[in-house]
Amino acid sequence: MTSRIHWFHYAAPQNFFDLCSKCWPWFAGLALVLSAVGLWLGLGVAPIDAQQGEGYRIIFVHVPASWMSMVIYLAMGFWSVMGLTFKTRLSGMMTQALAPTGAIFAALSLWTGALWGKPMWGAWWVWDARLTSELILFFLYLGFIALTSAIDDVKRAERAGALISIVGCINVPIIYFSVKWWNTLHQGASVSITQSPSMARLMLWAMLLMAIAFWSYTIAIVFYRVRTLILQRERDSHWLRVWFERRQSMALNGG
Amino acid sequence: MGVKMEMNLLTLHWSSWEEFFAMGGYAFYVWGSFLSCALLLLWECMQAKSNWANELVELGHAVELEADLAPQQGERA
Repeated sequence: MTSRIHWFHYAAPQNFFDLCSKCWPWFAGLALVLSAVGLWLGLGVAPIDAQQGEGYRIIFVHVPASWMSMVIYLAMGFWSVMGLTFKTRLSGMMTQALAPTGAIFAALSLWTGALWGKPMWGAWWVWDARLTSELILFFLYLGFIALTSAIDDVKRAERAGALISIVGCINVPIIYFSVKWWNTLHQGASVSITQSPSMARLMLWAMLLMAIAFWSYTIAIVFYRVRTLILQRERDSHWLRVWFERRQSMALNGG
Repeated sequence: MGVKMEMNLLTLHWSSWEEFFAMGGYAFYVWGSFLSCALLLLWECMQAKSNWANELVELGHAVELEADLAPQQGERA
């Protein structure tokens, strides 16, 4: 055994199942703790913004949700490439497990954006490059979910899903750079922060904490969901039967 | 400087609960955002949990069925 991590070890559903089972509660706990601190700082301690008043606090969920919606799509693209290249069963499951969370974060990004746009711009929605490209991302998620659930054969569904994931990745840099490439109503990458630098840092911290909390949440829920998918797709495998019977006997003996 | 920072992190921006809930007139928008995030993510967790429970039941059925069909094989497993 070398000290390097054997990545392909975890490409086997059995090994990844064990890893997920061990890890997801830790990431869930981390998400809870970090979001508690992030909310405390963001909603409780952070000062008012001179331009947007208290309304700017939407940033503490809007920006992390938008980041995650983009990161998750790239992760789906990554797993799709892995799936097409190495033909590992796990890749398809990962892509499948990521999609619902990505769709939820894209929806949250659009919805919290609308709630922010209304008081600041006077409109729930404008056909601006940033908003429109994020809407397309949301539709790509829905398209992926609809397409893969419409095809009964798992392998064919995965291949079709991989294609839409990879092609759709082109949209992510378009979203990210839209505020630079076009004249948008949407503000640029930084917030207008007025007070002394230490205050600016506090707002940034709160936002970063919320972002890391959303990352942890995503890892926890995706690990949890991929376990469910392994349970479903590996139902006939011997190791899963062994795992199930051990679980049953532990439930009977341990209470 | 360290002490000053610590003070900042514990000092509330608000002087009353009313002020906190009012969010400077943006209550609907701010609380609407935070609540919809909390609710949607909670719903996602509940969905994931019930899917897991369903798959466990399905696996249990499959194990039982196999045990009924081939008792000796079921014992060995």
